[in-house]
Amino acid sequence: MTAVALDDRIGKAWKKPPLIANPALRWTLFIGALAYVVLAVASIDVNWSRVAEGLSRGWAFVTAFFTPDFVSRGGDIWAGILESVIITITSTVVGIGLSVPIGLGAARNIAPLPVYLVCRAIVSLSRALNEIIVAILLVAIFGFGPLAGFLTLSFATIGFMSKLLAEDIEEMSKAQAEAIRATGSSWLQWINYGVQPQVMPRLIGLSMYRLDINFRESAVLGLVGAGGIGATLNTAFDRYEYDTAAAILLIIIVTVMALEYLSGIIRAKVQ
Amino acid sequence: MLELKKLTKTYRTGDKALQDVTLTIPKGQVMALIGPSGAGKSTLIRCINRLVEPTSGSVILDGTDITALGTGGLRKMRRQMGMIFQEYALVERLTVMENVLSGRLGYVGFWRSFLRKYPQSDVDEAFRLLDRVGLMAMADKRADELSGGQRQRVGIARALIQNPRLLLVDEPTASLDPKTSRQIMRLICELCAERDLAAVINIHDVALAQMFVERIVGLKAGELAFDGKPTEMSEEVLTSIYGEEDWQATIRNVDDEEDAEADVAAS
Amino acid sequence: MPVSTDIKGAKVWQLRNRNQTLIRWGSYLAAVAIFMWCWQRISEATTWFFVWDAPRIAADIGGRAWPPRWSYMDKLWGPLWDTFNMATLGTVMALFLAVPVAFLAARNTTPSTLFIRPVALFIIVATRSINSLIWALLLVAIVGPGVFAGLMAIALRSIGFCAKLLYEAIEEIDEKQVEAITATGASRWQVMTYAIVPQILPAFAGISVFRWDINIRESTVLGLVGAGGIGLQLQSSLNTLAWPQVTLILLVILFAVVVGEWVSAKVRGAII
Repeated sequence: MTAVALDDRIGKAWKKPPLIANPALRWTLFIGALAYVVLAVASIDVNWSRVAEGLSRGWAFVTAFFTPDFVSRGGDIWAGILESVIITITSTVVGIGLSVPIGLGAARNIAPLPVYLVCRAIVSLSRALNEIIVAILLVAIFGFGPLAGFLTLSFATIGFMSKLLAEDIEEMSKAQAEAIRATGSSWLQWINYGVQPQVMPRLIGLSMYRLDINFRESAVLGLVGAGGIGATLNTAFDRYEYDTAAAILLIIIVTVMALEYLSGIIRAKVQ
Repeated sequence: MLELKKLTKTYRTGDKALQDVTLTIPKGQVMALIGPSGAGKSTLIRCINRLVEPTSGSVILDGTDITALGTGGLRKMRRQMGMIFQEYALVERLTVMENVLSGRLGYVGFWRSFLRKYPQSDVDEAFRLLDRVGLMAMADKRADELSGGQRQRVGIARALIQNPRLLLVDEPTASLDPKTSRQIMRLICELCAERDLAAVINIHDVALAQMFVERIVGLKAGELAFDGKPTEMSEEVLTSIYGEEDWQATIRNVDDEEDAEADVAAS
Repeated sequence: MPVSTDIKGAKVWQLRNRNQTLIRWGSYLAAVAIFMWCWQRISEATTWFFVWDAPRIAADIGGRAWPPRWSYMDKLWGPLWDTFNMATLGTVMALFLAVPVAFLAARNTTPSTLFIRPVALFIIVATRSINSLIWALLLVAIVGPGVFAGLMAIALRSIGFCAKLLYEAIEEIDEKQVEAITATGASRWQVMTYAIVPQILPAFAGISVFRWDINIRESTVLGLVGAGGIGLQLQSSLNTLAWPQVTLILLVILFAVVVGEWVSAKVRGAII
């Protein structure tokens, strides 16, 4: 320990040591960030007269939240929500069904290398492609309708669930799995007794979370013609029917809240 | 100097943590508070600076009734009472120096503290205290890089820079090894003597308490069970506070150790 | 668990008893029935002729989409810059708004559990449940098409996400450090800056970068509804069926997303 004499410090100013010790780096980063913000803000051209004009419309939308209109387009809303729910359920079930084998394949500690690489590639592809882009392509290929939406969300679910499931399996307790293997079990028995009990609670929790995400996503698929409530919402905005739009958004918000509450209960139960 | 009058605390769960505790601590006295877990030691100490609101009764420090104060008055009173915590309670992601200076928060305005522009006198005092507790070289280290004993020293410096009249010390040695525990207790008692400070020290290590303090108060289920000199501690007293157990070893140990220390001091 | 006796008097071990087994099979049956019904509805709404035709169409589009039209890249630099700005500035704006919301929503810092906390929680759930594309749709209607609408959409969508993670971090802080600072006689704001902020700073940094990564992905498609960025080019290329351009744009988006994820992973690794 280097001795620092008290007399040297008394009467001298004290400063908090900076986060980045190197002053040159610190100032470069700071000035760089500042320059970026200035450039970026300058490159956004805001048409302020258009914004001012829109403010009244914005206010109309805010007030519409207090007088939502569930009735005048009731039929459309109901059909759209039902379709969204259907897409959500089917895509979650199929997506999870497919992500279990892919997740097993993408876990380095239980899958042979070629299988691992193929499964990881599927996962990466699914995660890198935005849902909307996938939906656009699938609509182009399969035509308008909920089938494209269903396929899109199933594909997205695979990327999400398989990755998390694989990570979970890679982190599982080796001792438990080895103990089952030591009994002379077959591969399937080993997965069933040694691996499944360890990852099941988290898998159920994640499934609930994914159900929630799929519902939220299904609300936008309609914008590109892949079925669900999005189409109705789009029409409502196009016609400036803010009270109908507000009603749809409220339904979405309430459903998401209910799903979150439900998943909280289920997660508490399985853990 | 510090007077507790009929101090009572009942928690919302119905637990009676303190019942009619009346105590007077004169200036410069170091008092240890002993008792089993759940006897209300922590609650008592926190009722003095109102980190816990007492249900009834009053706490009077040099003539001011703390329990009657509003927010501003309470803050003024709190800066006169330094507190030292179990497990140090340092802000771990701040530097040692910031932790020490945080003891001055009650004296400086928000922007000064936010910008770390403390008056030069505070900075000097902080360095003096760090030097006193032997951590001068650590000033710009982050608090979570220190060892347990070092952290508690920072905690002591933080309490002392408040320039308090009273120290409230909550289990200062609970997470330290025996040797460090003694060093910390000795440091606290020395500093109290230097500055003529009164102190209330919660401690569950009876032997350690006997070794350093001049008065011991025993608390049992929220009520006073003993009040006297360390030498008056006997098997009966310990039994009345903690319940039946073979206390012989505890007490004799202390005597031995004190003898040993006296020998060392004499040689 | 239950052990019953069969006709011959031998003991039979089963994992579940009769009622549990019945309930279990009943729920499986109900689940399958619901799924089949849902599937039927999708099937009814689908023109199966197109689906059987899909491989041919896919091959057709694929054939026309390759090779990508690299020369179109000249027109993509501007939109790419806009996309990046929407994500970055949107994240910054969201963080400014999310911090107060998080402090109002956390149980240990909210001024009022009864009135203010529910409002803060509602803001969080409302902004979080609505996809950024829908926010963009709405904002385009209000402030007109352009980068500004996209920026606002990203910011609004991110408030709830960031505030939720942040308020969870605030609720998990070490209360002893707060107590210690309070005991020095510090004011409410001093306690905030000295005891709470240092504890949540690492979480805050992690959340910012995590959300920025997500926002890069989301801002690439906001143009589809007119909110600026590279999605605008995608939309116009799709409308004119210029498949080689679509391929190029998709490759650029993929590249941006991968770079974003890489940067975010690096920064988060450095923080933790």
